[in-house]
Amino acid sequence: MRKFSGFALARETMRAHKGWDRQWDNPEPRAKYEVIIIGAGGHGLATAYYLAKVHGITDVAVLEKGWLGGGNTGRNTTIIRSNYLYDESAGIYDHAIKLWETLSQELNYNVMFSQRGVMMLAHNVHDAQVAQRHIHANRLNGVDNEWLDRDAAKAYCPPLNISSSLRYPVMGAALQRRGGVARHDAVAWGYARAASAMGVHIIQNCEVTGINQDSNGQVTGVETTRGSIGASKVGIVAAGHTSVLMEMAGVRMPLESFPLQALVSEPVKPCFPCVVMSNTVHAYISQSDKGELVIGAGTDQYTSYSQTGGMHIISHTLEAICEMFPMFSRMKMLRSWGGIVDVTPDRSPIIAKTPVKGLYVNCGWGTGGFKATPGSGHVFAHTIAKDEPHKINAGYTLERFTTGRLIDEAAAAAVAH
Amino acid sequence: MLLIQCPYCQEDRPEIEFQGAGEAHIARPANIADISDAEFSEYFFIRDNTKGIVFERWRHTHGCGRFFNAVRNSISDKFIMTYKAGEPKPELTEEQIKAAAPISKKPAADKPEPSPSKAEKAK
Amino acid sequence: MSISSASAGANRIKNRGRLNRARTISFTWDGKSLNAYDGDTLASALLANGIHLTGRSFKYHRPRGILSAGPEEPNAIVDIARDTARRQPNVRATVQEVFDGMQANSQNRFPALIFDVGAVNDFFGPFIPAGFYYKTFMWPASFWKHVYEPFIRRAAGLGTAPTEADPDTYANRYAHCDVLVAGGGPAGIAAALAAARKGKSVILCDENADFGGHLRADIHAQIDGQPAMDWVASAVAELRSLDNATVLNRTTAFGYYTANMVALAERVTDHIADPDPELPRERLWQVRAGTVLIATGAIERHLVFHGNDRPAVMLASAAQMFANHFGVSIGKRVGVYTACDSAWQAAFDLHEAGSPIALIVDTRSEVPSQLLAKANDLGIAVKPGHKVTATSGRLRISSMTVEAENGHGKEKTPIDALIVSGGWTPSVHLFSQSRGRLKFDADNGRFLPDEVAENCICIGGCNGAMTLADALDDAANATGSKPANCEETGSMVGYQIGTSNGKTDSAFDKSFIDFQNDVTAKDIRLAVREGMLSIEHVKRYTTTGMATDQGKMSNMHGLAIAATELGREIPDIGLTTFRAPYTPVTFGTIINHAKGKLFDVTRTTPIHSWAQEHGAVFEDVGNWKRTWYFPKPGEDMQAAVNRECAATRNAAGIFDASTLGKIEVVGPDAVKFMELMYTNPWQKLAVGRCRYGIMLREDGFIYDDGVVGRLAEDRFHVTTTTGGAPRVLNHMEDYLQTEFPDWKVWLTSTSEQWAVIAVQGPKAREIIEPFVEDIDLDDMPHMSIREGRFCGVRTRLMRVSFTGELGFEINVPANYGRSVWEKIWERGEPLGLTPYGTEAMHVLRAEKGFIIVGQDTDGTVTPDDANLSWAIGKKKTDFVGIRGLKRIDLVAEGRRQLVGLKTLDPREVLEEGAQIVEDPHQPIPMKMIGFVTSSYWSENCGRSIALALIENGRAQMGEKLHVPMANGAIAVEVCETVFIDPDGSKLNG
Repeated sequence: MRKFSGFALARETMRAHKGWDRQWDNPEPRAKYEVIIIGAGGHGLATAYYLAKVHGITDVAVLEKGWLGGGNTGRNTTIIRSNYLYDESAGIYDHAIKLWETLSQELNYNVMFSQRGVMMLAHNVHDAQVAQRHIHANRLNGVDNEWLDRDAAKAYCPPLNISSSLRYPVMGAALQRRGGVARHDAVAWGYARAASAMGVHIIQNCEVTGINQDSNGQVTGVETTRGSIGASKVGIVAAGHTSVLMEMAGVRMPLESFPLQALVSEPVKPCFPCVVMSNTVHAYISQSDKGELVIGAGTDQYTSYSQTGGMHIISHTLEAICEMFPMFSRMKMLRSWGGIVDVTPDRSPIIAKTPVKGLYVNCGWGTGGFKATPGSGHVFAHTIAKDEPHKINAGYTLERFTTGRLIDEAAAAAVAH
Repeated sequence: MLLIQCPYCQEDRPEIEFQGAGEAHIARPANIADISDAEFSEYFFIRDNTKGIVFERWRHTHGCGRFFNAVRNSISDKFIMTYKAGEPKPELTEEQIKAAAPISKKPAADKPEPSPSKAEKAK
Repeated sequence: MSISSASAGANRIKNRGRLNRARTISFTWDGKSLNAYDGDTLASALLANGIHLTGRSFKYHRPRGILSAGPEEPNAIVDIARDTARRQPNVRATVQEVFDGMQANSQNRFPALIFDVGAVNDFFGPFIPAGFYYKTFMWPASFWKHVYEPFIRRAAGLGTAPTEADPDTYANRYAHCDVLVAGGGPAGIAAALAAARKGKSVILCDENADFGGHLRADIHAQIDGQPAMDWVASAVAELRSLDNATVLNRTTAFGYYTANMVALAERVTDHIADPDPELPRERLWQVRAGTVLIATGAIERHLVFHGNDRPAVMLASAAQMFANHFGVSIGKRVGVYTACDSAWQAAFDLHEAGSPIALIVDTRSEVPSQLLAKANDLGIAVKPGHKVTATSGRLRISSMTVEAENGHGKEKTPIDALIVSGGWTPSVHLFSQSRGRLKFDADNGRFLPDEVAENCICIGGCNGAMTLADALDDAANATGSKPANCEETGSMVGYQIGTSNGKTDSAFDKSFIDFQNDVTAKDIRLAVREGMLSIEHVKRYTTTGMATDQGKMSNMHGLAIAATELGREIPDIGLTTFRAPYTPVTFGTIINHAKGKLFDVTRTTPIHSWAQEHGAVFEDVGNWKRTWYFPKPGEDMQAAVNRECAATRNAAGIFDASTLGKIEVVGPDAVKFMELMYTNPWQKLAVGRCRYGIMLREDGFIYDDGVVGRLAEDRFHVTTTTGGAPRVLNHMEDYLQTEFPDWKVWLTSTSEQWAVIAVQGPKAREIIEPFVEDIDLDDMPHMSIREGRFCGVRTRLMRVSFTGELGFEINVPANYGRSVWEKIWERGEPLGLTPYGTEAMHVLRAEKGFIIVGQDTDGTVTPDDANLSWAIGKKKTDFVGIRGLKRIDLVAEGRRQLVGLKTLDPREVLEEGAQIVEDPHQPIPMKMIGFVTSSYWSENCGRSIALALIENGRAQMGEKLHVPMANGAIAVEVCETVFIDPDGSKLNG
């Protein structure tokens, strides 16, 4: 792997940038691998990277039906934070943030992790109570999160409208300063490049059509549009398509796939210094390095694999944005798009072994998986390599939907009274 | 925004009048108190989440208030049909399935255009 | 607008153009005053005034001019203002119409457009190719946040976001039609007219001010024996006269959504100097169409060669539009570089209009003989089979260098403008948004519509029509009508995609593909060399096609270059997805009315106005405005709440409980239904009595609660939490309609039918007694309900208490709510009756250990956790949640249970949400065993009180625990949840 640096860039300039290598190889699939990862999004590529890096398992293929990073990795609003309530959540998301903080150097790829702070607004007494509960729990878990009153919130994010005449006036906010955004494509590319350099095969345009098992039920490999590929361990990291793939191995999942939309505005000079989220009025906004306002909308109410959603969902989000930031009414939507998010009943992921021997699954990240990418890959690699979960993902089992031991962040936040 | 035919009102109405209510044809076990944890999990949490033809429930919340079922292609989001709650899961014909496929051949020029329903016009 | 003979630019062509020159308009450009004619776009007005330089590019800050005459414009992106609040960044000068007083300014330059220090990036261009930022700025790590990123951010962005709230209004229309025609060029107009004449309801929209599409640039074409634009005018006039047709100009079809819903953005006032304040600025149309006829035309491409981006390099069709429609000349010595026939006609038009053509260079060695003959007639030099390999001129092009295909005969030609054409790209955006499939037309280097996903038909240029006759045929075929006759001179045959002068990776080569984002041909090749094999990767890595023009001109070039570099066919590497919107749309248009008061519903009770008049402070609970507290002058919230709480316990309080959800459950099977929906037993509840009910979800967690009164054997008055009312009714309806449809039960929401006035406290009975008719108050024990009259109106009188005091909840018809309240107030005030709000209500109920669902429970709490096991009917064999409750984890040891907490220091009030630990000295992460759900200063107890969910809480009575705060831990003692009157004597008094 050719090292990236300012020096290398300068040297390549002298030779018209002819010397750059392929960032990752484009190999033909071998007949057999030690591990197959299905899905070359951020989570899948990170899994392959940590399998090679941490566990020395380089005989790995990452199979992708489209092009790497083309699913939710390349479609999300890139918000990164770890100020979750439950210990399990704080555990995995903060594990991820710690990895984010050195990821550019680790991968030798600038993923532009920008710790500009994530501010979650409270608009009523209930919101404030929920925010405080999070702040206190986070502090004792070693996760930074602090309460800002209305004026402090305005000082942190000057465009914020704190007028008390708003329909839902801002009462204050919970701020995680270590939170922020990153360049989503670079995360996929950086992991792909680093994994490829260690010998991992990334095989694009290779759709899995079946999962092969022997008479004992042990996984033996997969059928794909590019032929059979053997492996005794298969990890499914396919987000919205998880149910479809698990069904091939005869496992039914507690998942539903919904359309999730996002949009960007035209680029403008820096005008928005942080990330602002509001669960009450339903909006997520930040400004990208390129100058676009990046805005996340909600999910549609029906399951779908169409990667499109209704315009009323977009309208609803922009209403909230213009309520909180009335100067943005004249900004223009440049591009909108949809992804498919897989949602579990408790809105927390499943990162676990499955009832099928040799089959592992990492799914159910819903609307917020990007932020966990490094942590998710790291613990999933551990789960596959050791055939047992890392302590950080021990609670993220499939069985919790039988025992009732849910990790219900949504329930803990969203109940109005 | 989807356009949904309410089988009670017999009208095509915009999606915002309706509330999605999840997968259809999952009956609450009559002996629910006695089923196993695994059976309960299957009933309450496990879902088909089919990529393709889905059977789902809707409620015409801002209309007649009735729950009903629908068959939709979850790739194209096109509805095949809707039917009243309690009616059996319908058998679909080849043509019905084909009509909801994501892509079809070019339409014949000047075929009679279906008019939107009166109901929608009235909105 | 002034009537004057003042010049509207020196470059107006005599007797050319369709603008009314009787009136001139005055506007400013970068502070300089200029004139224009009514109907000019900013682009045509600037060109008329000899201004080509209009902007700086995104990355290299290269000087750029007007490239197009339409919405595909990547360069001339400007800031338009009426005043400081009405300022719009990133406006395409080629679309914006000039109005009197308009302030237009260039963007992305400092200090000035002609001298921009950012242009130093142009010099450093070789160092910063596509994706350079992924490769550097990593060391030292701490520099990213404070040095590198702020630098990158400052450099990025085009215009400047508005800083003031938008004072304009926006509107919304829903519309339905048989046929929506998107695009008002010849095909669209002909189709709309044919459909409308057949009686179909038709909506025709076009993004421009004037209909006609590319016919506006044409002065030769004839349709039905008249000049084409006359045909356009009469067709549009006829459509406007028909009741079944709606004609919308300045209206862009920007999004194609499921089930044939198309979104249109209509620009209503942005071209008017002094708009009627009643008019919206823009209007969103959401059209549900039977059939959509997509007639969005085609967009001319530029050519990719070194130096192709200098100001005064322009699309041939744009130059033709400026000359023939706007009457503006773009130069006095114009070069032509083309791969397509249509540019030849443009050249002839320009030549005849006083812009002599210096030379026509065509990449093709075979050019139709009639074009060569016409050039010869006009005395224009031509060089077929040649290419332009370089240009010069810093702020405006001054020469082009031409050589033969084999590299011979290199020659420099002085010019002051260059018109280019790489052929035409069908505008398949809308079709593709509808998820229709495209096919590649290798003969003409373009994608065309193929299989459809929605009920739509592509006609005209977007369907590949290359001549006017083809376009009119398409329209006729789609509408089952006879095509109009036409005569024309032009055709769109001939194309070039990819670089037109070969492959060069010289550090100094500047062959631009995407002008706005400064993506060059060699950037695309670099991306491919680095392993970006899919066009989506190439696009994201180089940012080609991601600027505000969304690659309308550049996409095909990028695709062709990537394909060549990969040695593959274009269809094999795919086409990037077309995403809404077609052109950028303001947020204001999309949200239109939904702001301010119309952002969301505000629900108020019948007593709201009284509370307002009495100085209440309100809190938002869901959509409701609830009275929070009633401060007296000089009181803060705590003082007011203390007073309200004390008064209620000592005399009486009056509280507006109207927001409580109310559901009437009626029918022969009502009791059976109640048994199903609530954990409690209902069979034996006597008529006239009430019971506190717990509702679970099927998973066994508390979903809602409320007091239920039995009015008759078959009739229950059910109350729910304020926020829970709609979902509780939905939950009930779900079971009734889908699981037990045969049960004879009817559910009716009565939340808004009843105003509910709670009178609570030792004097409650005394206060209400005189108003009560037909009810024996002495025969009303705690938890009873009676129907009768109150203050002369119908009532459901409940003796219930959420405060622990003797209390009544008086339900009266909502319309009488305020007058009944006032009567009670009139009588009660002298007796010490005090109005209280939700905060005092919260304190009073916490003093009694009553939970609030959603505060003391959070969706993971079972009845047992909340000490409510007693509310589960032990003999019941079914209720919703019965099975969920038995799951392993819900019956496990160590669940969090609701307990009371007292701080050791009675003056210390805990924070709600604070976490509880056994050992406050343990290292982080600490083991948290619970948290504070409710916490208040209790004036009645003379100390703070709190409720908390704590692991094994009930077994820890009297234990000392700790609440670690940022500034030290607070010691607490676990206690019972009831702080006042544990035996309930006040309640039953």
